Amino acid sequence: MARSGAANRVTRMATAPEKIPIRLTVNGNHMELTVAPWTTLLDALRDHLDLTGTKKGCDHGQCGACTVLVDGRRINSCLTLAVMKQGAEIITIEGLAHDGELHPLQQAFIDHDAFQCGYCTSGQICSAAGLIAEGKAKTADEIRELMSGNICRCGAYPNIVAAIQQAKERS
Amino acid sequence: MIPFQYARANDVADAIKQIATDPSAKFIAGGTNLIDLIKYDVEGPSRLIDISHLPLRSVEPTSAGGVLIGAMVPNTDLAYHPLIEQRYPLLSRAILSGASQQLRNMASTGGNLLQRTRCFYYYDTATPCNKREPGSGCSAIDGVNRINAILGTSEACIATHPSDMCVALAALEATVHVAGPAGARTIAFADFHRLPGNTPQRDTNLEPDEIITAIELPPKGFSANYSYLKIRDRLSYAFALVSVAAALELDGDTIKEARLALGGVAHKPWRSTAAEAALLGQRTDAAAFAKAADWLLHGAKGYGHNNFKIGLARRAIIRTLGQAARGTPQSNSDKKIR
Repeated sequence: MARSGAANRVTRMATAPEKIPIRLTVNGNHMELTVAPWTTLLDALRDHLDLTGTKKGCDHGQCGACTVLVDGRRINSCLTLAVMKQGAEIITIEGLAHDGELHPLQQAFIDHDAFQCGYCTSGQICSAAGLIAEGKAKTADEIRELMSGNICRCGAYPNIVAAIQQAKERS
Repeated sequence: MIPFQYARANDVADAIKQIATDPSAKFIAGGTNLIDLIKYDVEGPSRLIDISHLPLRSVEPTSAGGVLIGAMVPNTDLAYHPLIEQRYPLLSRAILSGASQQLRNMASTGGNLLQRTRCFYYYDTATPCNKREPGSGCSAIDGVNRINAILGTSEACIATHPSDMCVALAALEATVHVAGPAGARTIAFADFHRLPGNTPQRDTNLEPDEIITAIELPPKGFSANYSYLKIRDRLSYAFALVSVAAALELDGDTIKEARLALGGVAHKPWRSTAAEAALLGQRTDAAAFAKAADWLLHGAKGYGHNNFKIGLARRAIIRTLGQAARGTPQSNSDKKIR
């Protein structure tokens, strides 16, 4: 049968939507860009600001590779419209190291060999930064539960939990 | 993604005005479900009206002794709010058993009620689905229906409602506050979501030009004897195959009041007055729990792949009532079911 998607059902708008200017603070830098309403924060970061450390994994909020911090909280940037984050403060993996020194989580992931292919790693680290800021995870079980939004298909989970425990203790 | 226009609503009145002028517009709050549906071409709004900045973010005690939760309160904030953790821990546990922390940070309280089913065929635009395309047929009834409903189904639709939060809100008998062109009104939680019947495209009794402004919890929180047990294919970050919210008020080991709601088995959180009445005056033992389970699952029907849900739900109900009676609610991080 024919595709019955929404695009075929709804009468499309008569005029093309206009691009919208937005201002974001990304890793401490003031950024101004103009995006279409349907541009996700993930695409804005990668395609407009050339910050490709944030990864597009599933693009459906199921893998966590796109995790960034918005106003201090971890979110899935693939399900976030950039226009809805006007004025927000964004931290990506590129913004965690300071003055040439790795963030404690980055160092812990190296110390514990907490990745194999590395594709999920920037999302894992940003998510872990959010987890430490939340202060809700005390035990390894709680870290596992509150990190469940980040999938690692290489299965580096035991080392990821160990790395987060190390960074948490030193934070 | 397909193109749409974007506008921000300044206040609730402005949001109502904006949606009235454009029948193919949609509100967006957390966006965790709607953006995904747009990416899959299941939803195709001409315009998104951003309500995420509306001042509906407070959690406050009411003069009636309950709590009023603003529709824009993020799921995480609600789950960790001291009033909710202390007085309505069932709600807190249910919220934290759903999705991931990233999604809970994004998702709003009102939006959680309005999320759509995760039935595979609803998402697959190459297949018929009465919810997505009324009159096209249901692919799940004779299809891969392992995740689908066993209660309250119709020939048109066997989809389930995916929320965990709503299962707890049903058990707690919350009230939904909505506003529209005709003014404000309240809807009892049991009347908010609909069974599929012949109109599976309508999930709720919220009118298209109305907006959820708040959820009200009644005074009774069952904070001593409650449990939320969620059974799923992974230990975390998966939708429920079956979930149970149980809340008891006890006098010694005699049941004075009981609330019981199921998730993952129907088009709405599933309750039964007969099941709850069957527990009144009973001792907290497995025989009484089994009787209540049979009442709650009365009329349950499998569609092949999901037949297992009937037995699974029965055992989960008995187990959850036991946890509630003992005052040892299911932990979200220690996955052992005791």
